[in-house]
Amino acid sequence: MDSFWPILLMLGLGAGFAAGNVFLSQFLGPKKPSPEKSAPYECGMPAVGDARERQSVKFYLVAMIFLLFDIEVAFLYPWAMAFRTLAWTGLMQIVVFFALLLTGYIYVWRKGAFDWSGERSR
Amino acid sequence: MAASADLEVPVLTTTVEKMVQWARRSAIWPVTFGLACCAIEMMAMAAGRYDVARFGAEVFRGSPRQSDLMIIAGRLSRKMAPVLRRIYDQRPEPKWVISMGACASCGGVFDNYSIVQGVDQVVPVDVFVPGCPPRPEALIYGIVMLQRKIDRSRMSA
Amino acid sequence: MSSDPARTDASFLDLVRTAVPGASIEVAPRIDMPVAIVDRDHLVDVCQTLRTHPDLQFSVLLDVTAVDRLPAAPRYEIVYLMVCLGPAYGTAPARRLRLKVQLADDSAAVPTVSSVWPAANWAEREVFDLFGITFEGHPDLRRVLMPDDWEGAPLRKDYPVQIRKDTASWSPMQLTEEQFAANMRAAREHAARAARSIRGDK
Repeated sequence: MDSFWPILLMLGLGAGFAAGNVFLSQFLGPKKPSPEKSAPYECGMPAVGDARERQSVKFYLVAMIFLLFDIEVAFLYPWAMAFRTLAWTGLMQIVVFFALLLTGYIYVWRKGAFDWSGERSR
Repeated sequence: MAASADLEVPVLTTTVEKMVQWARRSAIWPVTFGLACCAIEMMAMAAGRYDVARFGAEVFRGSPRQSDLMIIAGRLSRKMAPVLRRIYDQRPEPKWVISMGACASCGGVFDNYSIVQGVDQVVPVDVFVPGCPPRPEALIYGIVMLQRKIDRSRMSA
Repeated sequence: MSSDPARTDASFLDLVRTAVPGASIEVAPRIDMPVAIVDRDHLVDVCQTLRTHPDLQFSVLLDVTAVDRLPAAPRYEIVYLMVCLGPAYGTAPARRLRLKVQLADDSAAVPTVSSVWPAANWAEREVFDLFGITFEGHPDLRRVLMPDDWEGAPLRKDYPVQIRKDTASWSPMQLTEEQFAANMRAAREHAARAARSIRGDK
């Protein structure tokens, strides 16, 4: 435990310097807000329209499906580490796990969630 | 800054204002506002041979919100004047402006329908750097002059 | 520097003369490339032939520009610079051509060639902006270089060189989509009104 004090001190100094600067600049920095200063930046041109536009749902779908199958891969890693210990039983279990998720994958594929071009109407 | 001569320990005292102004002028980060040919010399100033980073202008910020200095490098046309003003307005204080080159300072060789005769018609300018284009050393001298100006001036809080 | 006959050989223009009967195409003496002067009424047909004829194939329009020759007459010359890229791109040999249309004053309009070369669209807008010459049939004739509400044509010989005008540096902070579309419409109307007033409300 003794050998960790320097690291703690280093962390404290780093965080303290950053936080102290932010705190100090509240007092030392000029405060001159104006409507032009707070206006959205569009390279000097007047900003047109609302920034809240409709985005395509395909980004959300790909992100969600990636997350699911990434967690599946994350389960495969500990199984692979304990592979020899788990032997045949473990193998059967992981195959069942994988097969369940594989059917889900095929379902999602056939439903067109991977269709980036969006030609099939969903 | 006065050295405390009665102490044996070498301690320098100063005012907060001098500290702050020293910090501000030692790291003036410009926003990219190269309009025309002077921008080439501005790039040369930022590149390896002349290296303005050793004077504190480490990185040219892309966003006006993160910059201290605006080097107006080149001809300002009438159509561009609102854009210049808007980008100047969107910079937080403390902010400074260097007008680089003859065209930005006074319209240069172009006294015609399209070029604004001096950007100080649109934004307040701290340092004018003459030249067509000014050599990188001249622009660095302009930045050094601005640093001296900041040292002399009051901190506005 | 004497003109190099190979560079200024304008005999290929006979193909255009046969394709567009009635067009008056005169060859003017020049040094760097063949120059032809066409009358306004046959301009589009001549340009169409120049572009599509298999032995001509001037597929690239480099620029459309104008010359104000005040006090010489005719006052304006609209200049079209075109290039045939040669055997790597087609069947016709590599050539350049400078085509000119002469106008006595700006009250007449020149037909647009943007139906022949889409590149002419903005180039003709530039000529309209800086010389005040209107192009008939142009899909979107409005100012391209000067601010939208500018009065006058700056590159004319009778336009003052030095102008003393306050620099307007205000711009709105936020526009809705409708305001943006309305600004574009207003710019087009302003240009159309300027074009009509130049032509004398014909």
